[in-house]
Amino acid sequence: MEVLLSCLVGMLVAAAIYLMLSRDLLRFLFGLILISNAANLAIFVSGRLITGAPPLIEEGQDFPVGEVANALPQALVLTAIVIGFGLFAFALTLTLRAYRTLGTLDTSEMRVAEPKDPS
Amino acid sequence: MSWLLSLPLLIPFVAGVAAFLLKGGPGGRWASVFGSVAMLIAAGALMMTVLREGVVAGQMGGWPAPYGITLVADYLSAVMVVITAITALAVSVYAMADVEARIARLGYHALFQILIAGVAGAFLTGDLFNLYVWFEVMLIASFGLLVMGGTKEQIDGGVKYVALNLVSTILFLTGIGLLYGMTGTLNLADLAVTVPTLENQGLVTVIAMMFMVAFGVKAAVFPLFFWLPASYHTPAFATSAVFAGLLTKVGVYALIRMFTLVFVGDISFTHEVLLWVACFTMVTGVLGAAAQNDFRKILSFHIVSQIGYMILGLALMTPLAIMGAVFYLVHHIIVKANLFLVAGVAFKIAGSTELKRIGGLYATAPLLALLFLVPAFSLAGFPPLSGFWAKFILVKAALEDGHGFVAFIALAVGALTIFSMTKIWAEAFWSPHPDKSEPRLSTLSPRERRALLLPIAGLAVLTCIIGLFPEPFVQFAERAAGQLLDPSVYIGAVLGVAE
Repeated sequence: MEVLLSCLVGMLVAAAIYLMLSRDLLRFLFGLILISNAANLAIFVSGRLITGAPPLIEEGQDFPVGEVANALPQALVLTAIVIGFGLFAFALTLTLRAYRTLGTLDTSEMRVAEPKDPS
Repeated sequence: MSWLLSLPLLIPFVAGVAAFLLKGGPGGRWASVFGSVAMLIAAGALMMTVLREGVVAGQMGGWPAPYGITLVADYLSAVMVVITAITALAVSVYAMADVEARIARLGYHALFQILIAGVAGAFLTGDLFNLYVWFEVMLIASFGLLVMGGTKEQIDGGVKYVALNLVSTILFLTGIGLLYGMTGTLNLADLAVTVPTLENQGLVTVIAMMFMVAFGVKAAVFPLFFWLPASYHTPAFATSAVFAGLLTKVGVYALIRMFTLVFVGDISFTHEVLLWVACFTMVTGVLGAAAQNDFRKILSFHIVSQIGYMILGLALMTPLAIMGAVFYLVHHIIVKANLFLVAGVAFKIAGSTELKRIGGLYATAPLLALLFLVPAFSLAGFPPLSGFWAKFILVKAALEDGHGFVAFIALAVGALTIFSMTKIWAEAFWSPHPDKSEPRLSTLSPRERRALLLPIAGLAVLTCIIGLFPEPFVQFAERAAGQLLDPSVYIGAVLGVAE
C-alpha cells in the first residue's frame, strides 16, 4: 500500500510540475493545489499505514497496547489541509483580482511592478 | 516559565484582535502601538531570564517533549524576539501616519500584529511542524498586507510573492513529512539526537537540501530571490519596512537553526553549497541594486545582498563566523527597516521614490538627510556604525578560515553598497528637485512628523549605540554562537524538563 501511495505521490508531483510550468496563472495554481495534495499524502505515508487498528488507549493506561495506527501524521495532514485551503482561497481571489486589474493571466505579460524592458 | 515564553505570541494576537475590533477609528492604531510596547516588555523579560538561565524551554499543554509542542528560547531566539518587538514598535508608530485611513479600515493594524505574532512564533518554537504553522501565520498576514491597497503594482507584485512563497511552503511541508518518516519525531532537539543515529545519511542530506531550498526562498538567497525585488517596493512604506526587516530574516533564522542543530552530519557538502550561495547572493544583490533607479527597489536588492553575508557566517560554521552572522542579523534588521522608513518620508515630502523625480532633500530637509546617513553608512559598513563591526567580524572569520577569496567578495560587495548609497544620496538629497520644488518636513502636520520621525530617530540611535559600544553586543553574539555550535544545552533544556 505504501508503494502504491508513493507512486501516486510521484504522479501527482509530475502532473503538478507540468501544470506549474505553464505561463497561465490559473494552471499554475491548479498545479500548486495538486502538489500540495502530494505533500499531504507524503506525510500520511511517512507515518506508515496500518489498517483496522485505531489508536485507542484502554482505560487506566498511558499508551495503547500492540501495534496501532499512527494518529500524528493524520493530525498533521489535517492541519496542512486546513491551512492550504485558506491559502488557496486567497490565491484564487488574488488571481481573479489580477485578471480584473491587469486584464491578463499570462505571467510573462505581468510586468507592471517590474523594471521597464529596455527594448 | 511557559508563560514568559508564550507572552510574546499572545500579546500580538490579543493586540491584533483589539485592533480588528477598533479598526474603524483611531483605536485600531493605538491598539497596535500598545500591543508592540507590551510585547517589547515581555520580550525584555524573556531576554533577562534567558541571560540568567541559558536556555528556557516550556512544554505547551503539559505534554512532555518530544510529544508535545515545545517553545524554546536560547540566546539567538531571545535576541530575535527582542529585535522583532523593537521593529514592531517602530513600525506601528510609523504606521499611525503612513497608513491611509482607507487601508486602516480594512484591518491593516490587525494584520500587522498577526504578522508579528507569526514572526515571534517562528523564532520561539522548538517543533518543526509548529515552525511550519508559524510560517503560514506569517505568510497569510503578509499576503494581506502586501495587496491591501489594491493597485496594479501591488496585485502584480503580490501574485509573484504569493506564488513563490506557496511553492517554498509546500517544499518545506514535504521535507517535514520525509524527515518525520525517517525519524518519527518533529521536535527539533529530539531530531538533533535522532538524525545522527540514522543509517541512511545520504537521504538525510537530500532532505537537508529540500529544507535549504524551502528556507532559501523565504530568505531570498541566490538563485531564489527574484520574488523579493518584484514585490517589496509596492505596498505601504510601513509594510515594506517590516517585511524588509523581519520576513527574510525568519528564513535566515530557520536556516541557521536547522543547519546548526539538525543537519550537521555532512557539513563539508551542505555548508560548501551554502558558501557558494552566500557569495552569489552578495554579488547578484549588490549588482541588481546598482542597476536600479528607485529608492525602494535599490533597498530591496540590498536586502538580498545583505542576506548573503548572514548565510556566509552560517556557511563558514566557525565560532567567529556564527557570531558574525548573529551580530549581522540584529544589525541588519534595525538598519534595513530604518532605511525603508526614511524612503517613506522622502516619498511623502518629495512626491516620489524614483530617484530621477526627487531631489533637494539635503538643502531643505537636513534632518532627514542626517537620519538617512546613519543607516546608509551603517549598511555600507562605515566605522563606527554597527555595520562596520558586523562586516569586520565576518571578513575576519573568512580570512581565519582560509577563505581569502570570500573575504575579498564580502569587501568588494561592501564597496559597491557604498556606490548605491551614494547614488541615492546624490540623486535624492544633493541634486536639486527636478520640479524646482523644495521638499520640507514642515509640510507634514506635527502629528505626522512625530509619528514618522520618532521611529526613524530611535532606530538610528540604536544603530549608533551598537556601533559605538559594540562590546556587550559582540559578547552576547559570541555566547549565542557558542550555544548554536554546542547544542547540548539546548537539547538538555528541551528534553530534560519534566514540566
